[in-house]
Amino acid sequence: MDTLQSQGQSFASGMEPRTRTPGIAQDRPRRMRTRRPMSSATHTQRRPDTIDTLARGLGWFSVALGVAEVLAPRALDRAIGAGVHPSITRLCGLRELAAGVGLLTQPDPRPWLWSRVAGDAIDLALLGGAMIDADDDERARLIGSTLAVAGVTALDIYAARAAGEAPRSAPGAMRRDGSIRVEHSLGINRSVEDCYRMWRDFENLPRFMDHVKSVTVQDERHQHWVAKGPAGTSVEWDAEITRDEPNSLLSWRSVEGSDVRNSGAVRFMPAPAGRGSIISVTMQYDPPGGALGKAVAMLFGEDPNMTVREDMRRFKALLEAGETPTTEGQPHGARPVWYKAFGGVNR
Amino acid sequence: MRANCWHGKEDVRVENVPDPTILNPRDCIVRITSTAICGSDLHLYDAYVPTMISGDILGHEFMGEVVEIGSDVKKLKVGDRVVVPFTISCGHCFYCEREEFSLCENSNPNAAMAEAMWGHSCAGLYGYSHITGGYAGGQAEYARVPFADIGPIKIETDLPDEKVLFLSDIFPTGWMAAENCDIEPGDTVAIWGCGPVGLFAIKSAYMLGAGRVIAIDRVPERLRKAREDCGAETIDYSQTSVLTALKEMTGGRGPDACMDAVGMEAHGHGLVYAYDKFKQTMRMQTERPTALREAIIACRAGGTVSVPGVYGGFADKLPLGALMNKALTFKTGQTHMQRYMRPLLARVLKGEIDPSFVVSHRLPLDDAPRGYKMFRDKQDECIKVVLKP
Repeated sequence: MDTLQSQGQSFASGMEPRTRTPGIAQDRPRRMRTRRPMSSATHTQRRPDTIDTLARGLGWFSVALGVAEVLAPRALDRAIGAGVHPSITRLCGLRELAAGVGLLTQPDPRPWLWSRVAGDAIDLALLGGAMIDADDDERARLIGSTLAVAGVTALDIYAARAAGEAPRSAPGAMRRDGSIRVEHSLGINRSVEDCYRMWRDFENLPRFMDHVKSVTVQDERHQHWVAKGPAGTSVEWDAEITRDEPNSLLSWRSVEGSDVRNSGAVRFMPAPAGRGSIISVTMQYDPPGGALGKAVAMLFGEDPNMTVREDMRRFKALLEAGETPTTEGQPHGARPVWYKAFGGVNR
Repeated sequence: MRANCWHGKEDVRVENVPDPTILNPRDCIVRITSTAICGSDLHLYDAYVPTMISGDILGHEFMGEVVEIGSDVKKLKVGDRVVVPFTISCGHCFYCEREEFSLCENSNPNAAMAEAMWGHSCAGLYGYSHITGGYAGGQAEYARVPFADIGPIKIETDLPDEKVLFLSDIFPTGWMAAENCDIEPGDTVAIWGCGPVGLFAIKSAYMLGAGRVIAIDRVPERLRKAREDCGAETIDYSQTSVLTALKEMTGGRGPDACMDAVGMEAHGHGLVYAYDKFKQTMRMQTERPTALREAIIACRAGGTVSVPGVYGGFADKLPLGALMNKALTFKTGQTHMQRYMRPLLARVLKGEIDPSFVVSHRLPLDDAPRGYKMFRDKQDECIKVVLKP
């Protein structure tokens, strides 16, 4: 799939699950230098290339400076004209190393970029302090050092702020065209026939899909869906089955002209050695712009991956245990204020 | 109803809370006749287990009478006397079918939280933090019991509560820990911790054919119980170097199996202990794995290390070199309760063991806070507290 494809094309062609080991994309190049829309839900958050590159650059800068500060604090102190304080410089070096390792290894650069900004502030303060006792030669070098640090600080602030603006509500699921796509697979200790039968009766879906209020089957191929919108509202659409291969594949999508363009597909595969089934689910929503778009984005909650994963966990529990585990409505002692604020009133 | 609720470090309170209700078709409600404080509850009391929330009802060792059943409950009826296992298991998932009940995939509503921390979830547990489901516990007058046909076992004799209550956790836990030692006839088993689980593990090890059990603790009354009631040889680690003593006692080879029945709040001495205590207090590690380290070092080459002691997160300075180079086998886990309850009940009925030997204190439920403090501080020779709602 490619961003240049028309939405309609990607919408239609994107939904056919490939026959493959679930979760392993065999047709994807191992290293992606150019960022394409993710075809798998398992990927960590991606942000615009330039910020990624800048964050990595700052990461390597941190590591290089950190190594120098830790291994050669005296030489470095002399070079910047700050008097010789090896232990302080070593501590600064450890701080640089932590930020550098964080930037180079963690998926979200933001906390590490802000930690660099804080570190810059400390460096500037230390350089300012050194200025007081400096002789003329040192002062000249200190001014140069301060200017250099100030430049890096500006770069750090820019990177931290820009990274903060990157999309964050839909890790791994939000694609460049604004559509949301999630794939997830799960082993179920029941036959593919049982799994297929449960899903094929679309009226079962609200029993395990948290955001779906009801699905009314209209005829063999068509259903009417009602889902939760924001602030107690509902969104509705009609959907049709696009492929139905019993015990193997089931896919559906909203009919032409729906306000809410979405589609889904489930592949049912027998697990090896008679160990039940593996089902692989792909869901895609193409939110239109405006307020309705926002409403549709809500369908998947704050974290679409998590929503689909939890929906599938409930599907599995319904099939295996006959019910989904819950503690909602159980007694408890006095809860703290913050707990109520998070909506966890009744469990 | 009255229920013992957690409110933070060293702060448990018996409060009035609503009665539990049936929430799922396979639930039942049990009126509790006896419940106990477990050593693992003390990890909650000391606030070392993450994801507790103020107001959580504690307790996972309880028994009583069925007073209400859900629409899908087939095997139990109102009026049945039951002991409830501390693990909640659906009976039909991959793990339940393999009788690995404590790994049930369908009983933890917060499985995602556990997956984030441990890679996968374990079964839901009563009253043991939200990472294991956040289920209301059994130190209360009533409890809701999910999957009622799979968990609770009926007690159809008039044996007093105290003789069957510990089928809810510590007897099967001690038993599985001993079974995990892969005991061959005549083996020497060393057990760190002579709390209730350790004591049951000693008895179980002998029942499984151990020739010799060496128990390690520092609390005099516990060491005495291990010697006098369970027939173990004992080492007081506050007086003796455990590693040296074990080598001396086993002709230099070391015990065939070593068991850590202590868990995350082990005591010890010296610099390493101070280091662990500091890191745990600063929340830089969740465990103080003193007993586990010793068990690994003490175990004979090719032997087995069994860990019934509770750990929650991450530990530091584990001797993996010893584990690997000595070709040790490592066995652990929350107890697969439903696998052991019936056979162990049969042993109780045959008179092979009287589990009430561990009980040192009997208190009304309202005295739970006193019971926790006494048990944690080992005051008044406290070994096991039974609460009566």
